[in-house]
Amino acid sequence: MSEETTTVRPFTSAAFDQFIAEHKLMASRCIKCGESYVPPRAICPKCHSEEMEWVETSGKGKLAAFTVIYSGPTFMVEQGFDRKNPYVSGIVELEEGARMSARITGVDPTKPNEIKIDSPMTVDFVEFGEGDEKKTYLAFRMV
Amino acid sequence: MPTSRKLGRGVAMVGAGMSRFGAFAGKNSRDLFVEAFKEIKKSVDKELDPSLIETLYIGNFSSDQFEHQAHIAPLLADAVGLLPRPATRVEDACASGGVALRQGVMAIASGLYDVVLVGGAEKMTALNTAAVTEALATAADVPYEIPAGFTFPGFYAAMASAYMHRYGMKSKHLMNVAIKNHDNAALNPNAQFGMTIQNWMEGRIASAVKKGKPKPTWSTIWDFLHDESGNPTVAWPLRLFDCSPITDGAAAILLVAEERAHEFTDHPIHIIGSGQASDSALHGRPGLTTIPAAKIAASQAYEMAGVTRDDIRIAEVHDCFTIAEVIASEDLGFFAPGEGFKAAEDGMTARNGAKPINTSGGLKAKGHPVGASGVAQAVEVWKQMRGQAEARQVEMDIPLALTHNVGATGSTCVVHVYERRN
Repeated sequence: MSEETTTVRPFTSAAFDQFIAEHKLMASRCIKCGESYVPPRAICPKCHSEEMEWVETSGKGKLAAFTVIYSGPTFMVEQGFDRKNPYVSGIVELEEGARMSARITGVDPTKPNEIKIDSPMTVDFVEFGEGDEKKTYLAFRMV
Repeated sequence: MPTSRKLGRGVAMVGAGMSRFGAFAGKNSRDLFVEAFKEIKKSVDKELDPSLIETLYIGNFSSDQFEHQAHIAPLLADAVGLLPRPATRVEDACASGGVALRQGVMAIASGLYDVVLVGGAEKMTALNTAAVTEALATAADVPYEIPAGFTFPGFYAAMASAYMHRYGMKSKHLMNVAIKNHDNAALNPNAQFGMTIQNWMEGRIASAVKKGKPKPTWSTIWDFLHDESGNPTVAWPLRLFDCSPITDGAAAILLVAEERAHEFTDHPIHIIGSGQASDSALHGRPGLTTIPAAKIAASQAYEMAGVTRDDIRIAEVHDCFTIAEVIASEDLGFFAPGEGFKAAEDGMTARNGAKPINTSGGLKAKGHPVGASGVAQAVEVWKQMRGQAEARQVEMDIPLALTHNVGATGSTCVVHVYERRN
């Protein structure tokens, strides 16, 4: 993917998801004031500029909050999660300052007291399904 | 940001009523609203002529998903014989009822109407728990929050994790909120769970014995609440008794222009402050141990009312989860950040405490029919301020009270301040 084709994509959730499928966590950055946003925004809420560009984040951050979910939505149940096999969801604060909801990997869901807020995290991508059905989910792995 | 303004003219609540809250097979939101409407008629001290009602605002989150019926406002107006009056559905997730109330206040304050019926209704139990959880999840930022696997218990559990990390709270502290709200609901005949947690535990033990199953060994409610079989984890650190239930119910209040209140009652409750604010998805906020929209809505409502947090005697707050009540008690200024859970532990928010919170049993134990909850909060305030709350009546005089209603994780918050003048 050339720099040119990544920057002309619209600032939509579909474009963000397309980047996730390519294993890229992208932010939209305001060309005018330099603030960057994950999830992406088409209009800068800080200076109201409409001139934005896509930039790839460092993918590094720290854990801000988390939970171990024992009763998840249907798509998580289809991926094998249930009361006997819970999963971790959380919010990660990126080095760039933005925060994002993501699945949390590299931790033991049965030992929540050992999962420490402020732990360093690095971006990860979880895939489920095959072929056209394949879906990629944003995750962060505990370093 | 717009500064707080004054209402164009005074607004008074002159009637309030609610259906029973619970799981009612064979009753839809319309049937429940009819029950609330009958109660409102009984509550008006001087007889209510329904033809005086000029318009309706109805809080409803998602009749589309819950009962496959959209566009319910005119149907509810028809069901209570109020056609062809304009009827408008208001949707702001779990804050739908509180925002409908604010629309009613503004409609009167603008001078357009003198007599307004504000209602809220939600029929949730026709779907199974998994389907309800998914319907509620549509109140989140779906493309960016849901792929992470979050559910609503999960969002509030994440807030609890941040709060525990910052302030040293343990998950057991949250149980004090559940115990208190069940104690209050046990005295509320309209509550879904009209029982204390002690009653609940004893019922579970009796049921096990009756079925010939091994008798649980819980000797106190703390054993019960700490046991995974009594109180299973839903989203760590939140367990079943940290969560509000799935509920069918409706509520309604009658608002009038202050100068006409005497036609309906000699003891109106004046709505003197109203505030509302919006916010991003949970991950978009700088801190996760507070709900900023609640602070903004509260400061607007206090400023409009010309009162301070210390003047408020009782509050009905949005305890969709126990952690939400702790955070609300801090966002409203009643307790300092990090002190709310201690206040709950010390009994300060109990019915006989210094700052009673959720005397109705709250969303936690009275029940949480989403779109009705914000209106039902006003019903409780009406009863408490007028000394009509029967067994759960607080002893102190209540010249000022407050309601706090939150949509989703705090993307919407609406706060109202109420005054009794005689």
